[in-house]
Amino acid sequence: MTAATAKSAYLTGFRDGLPFIFIVIPFAVLFGVVAIEAGLTLAQTMGFTVLVIAGAAQFAAVQLMLDNAAIGFVLLAALAVNLRMAMYSAALAPYLGGAPLWQRALVSYLNFDQTYMTAVAKYEDQPDMSVADRAQYFFGVASAIAPLWCAATLGGALIGAAIPEALALDFILPIAFLSMVAPMVRTLAHLAAAVVSVIVALLLINLPSGSGLLIAALCAMVAGVAVESLMERARA
Amino acid sequence: MNYTAGQIWLIIGLMAIGTFAIRFSFLGLIGDKPMPPLILRMLRYTPVAVLPGMVAPLVLWPAATGGQPDLVRIIAALVAVGVAYKTRKVVWGMFAGAAAFYAGLGLTALL
Repeated sequence: MTAATAKSAYLTGFRDGLPFIFIVIPFAVLFGVVAIEAGLTLAQTMGFTVLVIAGAAQFAAVQLMLDNAAIGFVLLAALAVNLRMAMYSAALAPYLGGAPLWQRALVSYLNFDQTYMTAVAKYEDQPDMSVADRAQYFFGVASAIAPLWCAATLGGALIGAAIPEALALDFILPIAFLSMVAPMVRTLAHLAAAVVSVIVALLLINLPSGSGLLIAALCAMVAGVAVESLMERARA
Repeated sequence: MNYTAGQIWLIIGLMAIGTFAIRFSFLGLIGDKPMPPLILRMLRYTPVAVLPGMVAPLVLWPAATGGQPDLVRIIAALVAVGVAYKTRKVVWGMFAGAAAFYAGLGLTALL
């Protein structure tokens, strides 16, 4: 490849990443507000956002920390939320496996829902893209999103204290999670997993914070795979 | 929240390392070698397996009302799920759910 195509791949990626600001800004502001409300310092809030850079897991961790869950459970539950990124990592490997190690490491750091989904759609659409261009495209998408994610979190953290209690921001968090997960329910198997997750989590609510959720998640994954297999057999 | 500053930084540090390890796992270490199909299948259900179970108690027994079920919150949750599902857009679900929630809070305050 040439420097010119790499630059254009980067710019194309940047352009394709721009529409996500409408999701990223409110979500990031909200994290800043929620984290400060929960009692984290500004530095801790920004530490989460810059070092972990995974919205749903950050919210999950703060939620469990509000319950004073054991540190091990906070980590397990938050990382369980991020397990889907192992899928993303695996799915990107055929496209970016040939890139230099430092680029694969940087892609890994920036591999979250929006960058992953945008990039894979592009790679599938243009199978002739070189590995170098694919990497530049990925960095372009991430450049449109990641700095904004950090800046908007900072904004939320700074105005957070000024937001009155009557706004009941506690409930924005469940609304955000439900809005994130609902579009992911595409098949009967997804629905079965979601329903099992809810039922088992509610049944195990009295277990130590986080542990009931992990059991619920495991049951739900098994339920999803089981329903998927049943549906395949019914079709065959 | 009853953690020391050191414990909070420990959580942040280990979450950062763990998250990076998850993201780096396949891309970084094995390139394009295939995974066991059953594991792949299970991993695909991770988001729908974790998030609903995490949110359900927050919707049914919110801390803000002392754990008492609250009709406004339940309706707002259903609106968020319905709109996000129908439109397939996270952001519309968030807007609709928030609008329903604040409309409900406003109505309750007036009545």
